Amino acid sequence: MAKSNYRPPRLTLPVGERDHVEGPSNARMVLVEYGDYQCPYCGAAYPIVKRVQKELGTRLQFVFRNFPITTSHPQAEWAAETAEAAAAQGRFWEMHDFLYENQASLSNHGFFADYAKKLKLDVKRLEQEVAQHVHLGRVREDFMGGVKSGVNGTPTFFIGGARYDGYPGFGPLITALETAEKG
Amino acid sequence: MKEFQTKNQKVSPLKPGTKAPNFTLKTTPDQHVSLRDFLGRPVVLCFYPADWSPVCSDQLGLYAQLMSEFRKFDAELLGVSVDGVWSHLAFSKDRNLNFPLLSDFDPKGAISRTYGVFTERNGESARALFVIDSKGIIRWSYLSPDGVNPGADGILSALEKLKPPGRGE
Repeated sequence: MAKSNYRPPRLTLPVGERDHVEGPSNARMVLVEYGDYQCPYCGAAYPIVKRVQKELGTRLQFVFRNFPITTSHPQAEWAAETAEAAAAQGRFWEMHDFLYENQASLSNHGFFADYAKKLKLDVKRLEQEVAQHVHLGRVREDFMGGVKSGVNGTPTFFIGGARYDGYPGFGPLITALETAEKG
Repeated sequence: MKEFQTKNQKVSPLKPGTKAPNFTLKTTPDQHVSLRDFLGRPVVLCFYPADWSPVCSDQLGLYAQLMSEFRKFDAELLGVSVDGVWSHLAFSKDRNLNFPLLSDFDPKGAISRTYGVFTERNGESARALFVIDSKGIIRWSYLSPDGVNPGADGILSALEKLKPPGRGE
């Protein structure tokens, strides 16, 4: 295998204003995830990313982008657009977390509407935006940006703009982020 | 086009500029597909080792998701492996694939060999991609290392570089 001269693909769509971001914009470490809310591997990575964020604190900026593979995951597009509709009311991360924490219930849309109500969101507006696919273009833009950056499946992580091809465990991610920080 | 060893077996895909060899392969128990059926449109030919293995599934699932993008170039996507048609049918149904899977089954791997992407040691096709233009000429080929999903960025940029399909030429 021609591993020695292998260079992982890089993000073609740089992190910017359009992104959903946790952590300071001047953080030295940037972790970008392309994820699918119905993908079991993304579900498994979710608590690991949380642990990584807790460990690195303000040294890390975390960015989430949509990569729903709807041919395998019929609820993935709905979930992505629901998170984007919550984002339109300033509550992206709450809905993002809730979707991953309740992956088994994704087909029960009412359950998520109840949560939106708990967040004091305008539920009618949220449901309307999802039904009318107001955020479909945004989700598609994330998806195609991912495809052009070498995202092949989910979850795919980028560290410092380069695709991370290693195992997405806590230790390996911390090591890769710290290595990238040192440049 | 780079060449490298795939489990000690040298695999060397046909290079861009080569005329794509025609083939006729089964896609269901009673249907055949020939490459020449698609003259006038670009074809993405995707050789993969086997139905059901997790990497392939991921790769083909991604392509199914991207069919609308390939269609923007009027391109057809054909998957090829040495699996039999019954396996293809079950696999395709399970993964909701929306493009034909061709069975390079008898004689085993004959078309994969013609395209230079058969791995003798595994008795399977390598993971290789070809973009063929509307006149049947290979314009891009790519051989992926074992276990690495080649993705779709290479296919899309190759399709972008093709001239618009020459319908009626």
